[in-house]
Amino acid sequence: MFMSREPSHSVVAKPLLEVDRVTLQYVTPERIVTATRRVSFDLQAQDRFVLLGPSGCGKSTLLKSIGGFIAPTEGEIRLAGERVREPGADRMFVFQEFDQLLPWLSVVDNVVFPMRATKRFPRAEWRDRARAAVEKVGLGRFADVFPHTLSGGMKQRVAIARALAMEPKVLLMDEPFAALDALTRRRMQRELLELWDDIRFSLVFVTHSIQEAIVLASRIVVMTPHPGRIVAEFDATRFGHDQAGGSEFEAFSERINRLLFAGEEIAHG
Amino acid sequence: MAEPEIFSPARPGEPAPRPDILRPAIDDLAPDVVVERGLIVRLAETTWLRRVAVVVVLGVIWEVYARQLANPLMFPSLTETLEAFVAGLRSGALVSAVSGSLRILLVGYGVAVVLSTLITALAIGTRIGTDVLSTLTSMFNPLPAIAILPLAMLWFGLGVGSVVFVIVHSVLWAVSLNTLTGFQSVSATQRMVGRNYGLKGFAFVRAILIPAAFPAILSGLKIGWAFSWRTLIAAELVFGVSGGAAGLGWYIFQNRNALETPNVFAGLLTVIVIGLLVEGVVFRAIESATIRRWGMQA
Repeated sequence: MFMSREPSHSVVAKPLLEVDRVTLQYVTPERIVTATRRVSFDLQAQDRFVLLGPSGCGKSTLLKSIGGFIAPTEGEIRLAGERVREPGADRMFVFQEFDQLLPWLSVVDNVVFPMRATKRFPRAEWRDRARAAVEKVGLGRFADVFPHTLSGGMKQRVAIARALAMEPKVLLMDEPFAALDALTRRRMQRELLELWDDIRFSLVFVTHSIQEAIVLASRIVVMTPHPGRIVAEFDATRFGHDQAGGSEFEAFSERINRLLFAGEEIAHG
Repeated sequence: MAEPEIFSPARPGEPAPRPDILRPAIDDLAPDVVVERGLIVRLAETTWLRRVAVVVVLGVIWEVYARQLANPLMFPSLTETLEAFVAGLRSGALVSAVSGSLRILLVGYGVAVVLSTLITALAIGTRIGTDVLSTLTSMFNPLPAIAILPLAMLWFGLGVGSVVFVIVHSVLWAVSLNTLTGFQSVSATQRMVGRNYGLKGFAFVRAILIPAAFPAILSGLKIGWAFSWRTLIAAELVFGVSGGAAGLGWYIFQNRNALETPNVFAGLLTVIVIGLLVEGVVFRAIESATIRRWGMQA
């Protein structure tokens, strides 16, 4: 029913990331919880793919599964045609928590860390690449300080720099701006888009903010809980910060809102 | 601001509308207010100075009490103790006692720390390993080292071996318990960060768990150090007569037998001073180079 909204791609390339009828379950002492139920989507290279939904819809669990931290009980996830079986640095993660930066390493050493751990790039290039990445997120002056001296927004920038410096196949971001204040959050969204304009990475981004989803995404997957499933997949290439507050933006936002809200009513009905 | 809002009627109880104010962003160039802090206030904020003050006060109380008591056989004064201390250093008896004790202590402590690192690193990898180590530490940590000394003497004879064995026992479980607890409390995010880069096994322990759990590990090392001292002195008190390696415990025991109470106090004072030095210099230096620098401890 939403197919009419999709733009007609004349050429559809082979997807970079395929999530193929993936069911995710985890065991608690009381019962088995189904986080997602047979969810599927394809991500094209250079997509800014946003998983949007309320808490409990399994979006974070799904992202962790793409990251290789949780194995699907059903279905499979393929990255560039290869089945995802374990964590790896071709899928760099940016988390919500500020303690994802290792406090015992300086900013630049935090960026070097994954290169050292995975032996990616020649050793002689590590520092230069790390410094360049730190410069790119505007923290050149802070390259040699320890993370505890940085603000939340700066820590998230370093985490993004660390992930991008590895030149991953896909960047996975799990509500990276959710713990930031609203003003910083807006700025980080803008900066992320600028980085994308510059580097053109492929991104899977998890959020529960409709505004954030519309501003950031090239494509939005809307998920509802109990069990987590995909209720819609939207194209959002026409929206950016400039459109925020505009009538089309608001209408789109309202439409997603209704979808999420309807899901709630069914679930509790 | 929109003008109509200024004239809109206030809700009941709301203050009357006031005009908006826009301040141009120009500094008025007034100098910052500087609060002068007196010398005493600044000195009082120096940690080591406060600590020294505590020691000085305790010393004065000791001196005054002992002089009133006037019974050096039971409770010598601070000056008498210091005299005995200096005399012990001059004669070399105290020096050789200290060096004898320290040598055994460092061997036992070193062996225990290495062992503890190995078994904790092995244990943390699997759930059953963690269960085994947790059970072992809860079994052996409460067991006083001195209680297994008779057994150690049976196994290793009346010598250095027995003392080293009980020191290892007293340090190993305390350090392991702290390290394991530290490993287990490393945040899920930091674990995932490590695994994201494909780190596994010992590489994961070395690159993520050990630095992330360093505050807990360091506090375990401190506790272990204190335990090793206690155990060593106690063991030497029980049987100091072990070849030439007569240590501080034996020094204390012998002087008590000779009723040289100031020397007994000098021996105890030595234990305290070494403890303070290791805590205040060695561990403090490690802390400021690591966990304080990293902001993991205030």
